[in-house]
Parts: sequence; structure tokens; C-alpha cells
Amino acid sequence: MDTQTPKTRSYEHIVRAENLSLSYGKVRALSGIDLAIGKNEIVGLIGDNGAGKSTLIKTLTGVVRPTSGKLYIRDELVDWGSYSVREAHRLRFETVYQEKSLGEKQPLWRNIFVGRQITNRFGFIKVAEERRIANDILKRQLGFRGVGIDADSTISKLSGGERQGIAIGRAMHFDSDLIILDEPTVALAISEVRKVLDFVRSIKTSGRACIYIEHNLAHVHELADRLVVLDRGRIVADIKSGEMTLEQLTKFLIDLQHSGHAVGPA
Amino acid sequence: MSTHLSSKTPEVRAPGLLPRLARVEGLPIILVFVILVVFFMIAAPQVFLGWPIYLSFLTTVPPMLVLAIGLTLVVAAGEIDLSFPSTLAFAGYLFSVCETQLGSPWLGLVAALAGGALIGLVNGTLVAVVGVPSIIVTIGTQFFWAGAASILSGGQSDALQELDGTAIYNIFAGNLFGVLPMQALWALAIAVFMWFILNRHRFGEHVLFIGDSRTVARVAGVNVVLETIKLFTLMGVLGGFAAVLLTIENLNYFSTQGQGYLLPALAGVFIGGTSVFGGTATIVGTFFGTFIIGMLEAGVVATGIAGFWVQAIEGIVFVAAVVLHLVVESPAKLRALSGIVGLRREQ
Repeated sequence: MDTQTPKTRSYEHIVRAENLSLSYGKVRALSGIDLAIGKNEIVGLIGDNGAGKSTLIKTLTGVVRPTSGKLYIRDELVDWGSYSVREAHRLRFETVYQEKSLGEKQPLWRNIFVGRQITNRFGFIKVAEERRIANDILKRQLGFRGVGIDADSTISKLSGGERQGIAIGRAMHFDSDLIILDEPTVALAISEVRKVLDFVRSIKTSGRACIYIEHNLAHVHELADRLVVLDRGRIVADIKSGEMTLEQLTKFLIDLQHSGHAVGPA
Repeated sequence: MSTHLSSKTPEVRAPGLLPRLARVEGLPIILVFVILVVFFMIAAPQVFLGWPIYLSFLTTVPPMLVLAIGLTLVVAAGEIDLSFPSTLAFAGYLFSVCETQLGSPWLGLVAALAGGALIGLVNGTLVAVVGVPSIIVTIGTQFFWAGAASILSGGQSDALQELDGTAIYNIFAGNLFGVLPMQALWALAIAVFMWFILNRHRFGEHVLFIGDSRTVARVAGVNVVLETIKLFTLMGVLGGFAAVLLTIENLNYFSTQGQGYLLPALAGVFIGGTSVFGGTATIVGTFFGTFIIGMLEAGVVATGIAGFWVQAIEGIVFVAAVVLHLVVESPAKLRALSGIVGLRREQ
């Protein structure tokens, strides 16, 4: 497949959105988003349900196309006409969604490689190689030892935490420069939450960037370099780590909710 | 009480004998096939212990098998195609007209495949781009192409006796070593090739993920629209090929030659164990499922049961096979069933 990597060139921002807007008919899902993510920055994205967090992520990763606005990846302008999920993959962006990122009835090895299969030149998949790498990801990267899960396990037989693990392991394997986590801890047991948070830290130490959508303020506050708050499609606050304590942040968000309803756009 | 006890054990992680056997592709339906053959051998030995009946199956089943193999991929993607009987008529007409008017059966072969591709392309575009559910699109196009074939042929049939003994006849309807019907070899080759496409090719994997969940497929970077169009086009091409096999074998084209293929071909797919919900499919199952369908009628008649019984027995085999697949593939349903059996024993 594509072996040329856009990695070698140096850049300031892995992704930068300029005045990004998206409307579904009369509904403005995003309006005038300006957001830049540094090369090795962990940005927590917070906001209420329907604030536009998921829509913003989908726009950045080529799932949906915005109504207007510009996107720069590694400081280079993106042409919306050729931007797609596949292109985002090629540019080493990886999204781990809450759900809907794994095919339920398919074996694990297919889920790791779907869309980026290892094939011969006729498009036939090298199954043995994909299986071997999948087992390697399970054992070395995720520590799935002796729990009866292997490359041939069907996704529907895995727990919620195990599924997050597979999706995260996939992102690690493909060596993404920007990993987007969409509420990765939402359905997990406490011990599994710790693992996920450790992984987010390892994203930082390995020099990558991360956008981390999270409901649990304690988790993001502890991890993120910067917190971006979305409210009804707009960025309403951009807070650097250390500027606010967890208590101040919580109060700020509650105040926002109350004031927001009074002055919010029609 | 066996239900309560067994539901606590983590059976998913340590599969029992039946689920493990279920991993051998198509095994349940292969067993049903063998049982049926043995049954017919006992019930109608004068017919089923000789070669001719099997050679006859190998000439009659292949067109249906080619269709059912294509349908297996369509169903795997969570779609359906009901227009293939008209492909048999329309592509068959194109083949026939090239032979009778232009004297070129080879051009006819190309025209039939291209005509099938066109039908599939229209279906796929309406489904993937416009977003009409495939069951509705293909009901509509099934009427249209059948009508087109009737109009173009004037409802007439074409005798194609002159093809007998020609190269194209020998290749698609002759007998290898004077025994083995060529169409069976073609169908087998297509089955093997399509098994690799479904299970080992990037396209097949995309089809399975689309059938599993369109959203997941899209997020994973699968071009759902393009792959769906390709899928229906492939089905159309296979329909065109089936039309050629059928027309050459019969040495005759008639504009209603697709009638009677719709339900048997679909039954072959579902008897084989391909899930109507999409995301999983078995070519091996379809292969044996189609032969079961193709064998039942001759078999039932040969056993001396009146011909009226054929459809009723086909229905029983169909429902029994589909239930068997569900039970074997789902440990929970298997447990529930064994629980019922256990309770009955206690009474």
C-alpha cells in the first residue's frame, strides 16, 4: 500500500482549522471554529451533548465535509475535494470512536486491517501476516495474555474495554501522528480506565498529538495540555493546563450552561 | 435446571464441540446434503445408485449455482437482488441475437456479460447513490428488463441448434473426457474464485464490513458507494454468464427463460447458511445449498412420492436448514434448546 509517509517534514501544527462551519439544513452544527493542535499536544475537548464535539472530529478526519472554512494539516492547506477518511488515514490520523469503530461479526484481525489491508498486487489479503501482526498487537501492545482472545476472536465476543483496547492498539500499530479518542473510558471498569489513561500519556511521550473527548472532567484535567470547551457549535473557552483547578473548571462549565441558555443564538 | 447452570459458565471463551464444528465452513449443510443423498439412495436405489442422475444434476444446477454465488455476496453486504431472472432473459436475448443475426456467439458472450453488467450497474447506482432500498430497486428493474427482453425478442423463442458441436458449445456445455459436463466445471471454478474474492480479497472484506455496519465500514475508510456499485455490477455479470450457460445448454432462447429461478437461487443461499442480516456469508454453504435445491425435485419424484409433494418437502428442508444454522451458530440458542429438551426429559 502507501509507504510514503508525510512524517519527515517538520511542522508546527498537526492540524489547524480556520473559520470552520457546518450546517445541516437550518441547524448550525459548527460555526466559525478556529482550532490549532500542536505537534505534540494533548487537547481535551469538552462540552455538553450536542455541543458539536463529534461533528468537529468528523470534519477533521474527513467523515463529513464542512459547509465552509479551511483546514491545514501539517501547515498545508487541505483540498476538501480530495479529503476523505482514507486520505486522513494516509496522513496518519486515527480516530477511536465510542462505538461503531469495529465490525461486530468480523474477526479481530480483519478489524485491525480493514481499509488498510496488507495485500498482494492483485488485492488479495495476506491473511497469515495480518493474523500474526494482530496477535502481536494483542500480546505486546495490549497485554491480552491468557484471556482467550486471539486474532480470530469475533468482536461481538469481546467486552467494551477489550474493544477500546483493540481500537487503540490499531491506532498505535498504524503509528498515527494524531490520535483522536472519542470518550474512550465511557463504558469501562476503573482498572481499565487507568490503562486507557496510561495510553493517552504514552501518546504524549511518544511525540504524537491527541484530541481527547471526555465527559469526565477529572480525567481530561489531569491529562490535557489544553482544554477546549465547545458550546452549541462554537469554541467558548481555550484553557491552558494549570490555568484553572478542577473546581474552577467545573464551576466555569456550570456557569456557562446557565448563561448560555439565556444568551444563546436562536 | 440445566439452563441456569450452563448460562453461568463462560462458554463463549471455551467453545463446545458443536460451535467448534460450526467453524468448518458449511459443515452443517454438507451433512444435510450427505444425509439427503444417502436417503435418496435408500429410497430410490434404481435412480440414485447410478451415474446418470448425478451427471444430470451437473448440467441443470450450474446456471442456478452461478446466480446463487453472486447472490451470496449481495446478501453478505446486507442487500438483495431480485432482478437476476430478468438478467437471464435479457442477457440471453443479447447472446441469441448476436448468434442468429450476426453469426457470432463469441460476440454474444461478450454482449451477454456486458448486458448483465449494465443491469447490475443500474441497480447498484440506484441503491448506493440514490439510496433506494435494494429490494425495491430490483423488483422494479426485474420488471423492466424482463419487459425489454420481451419487446426486443417480440416474445419469440430462438432455436440455436446450429451451435451444437461448435467450439463455444463444447466449452460451455460439452463434456470433459466425454463425461463431465463443462458447465459444472465453470460453476466450480467460479465458486472457488468467488470464495477467494469473498474471504481473501480486499473487496470481499469490504462487502462483509458493509453488511456488518455501513457506519463502521465508512469510518474504516471503505468507499461504501463505490463498493456497492461494484457488488451489484458483479452480480449482473454473473447473471449474464448464467444466461449464456443456460441458453447454450438448451440450444434455445426464450424470453421467459429466467422464470422459476428467483426463489430456488435465493433458497440455495439461505439453506447454505448465509445470514439475511448481512456481515457473514458462506460460499461453501451456497454451493451445497444450491445442489440440495437442485436435487430435491428429482429425488422426491424418484422415490415414488407423488410430484405434488415436491414443494412441500422443499419448504420443510428450507426451514429446517435455516433453523439448524441459527442453532449451531448461536451458543445461546443452542443452550436454550438443550434446556427445553432437558426439561422435557425431566417431566
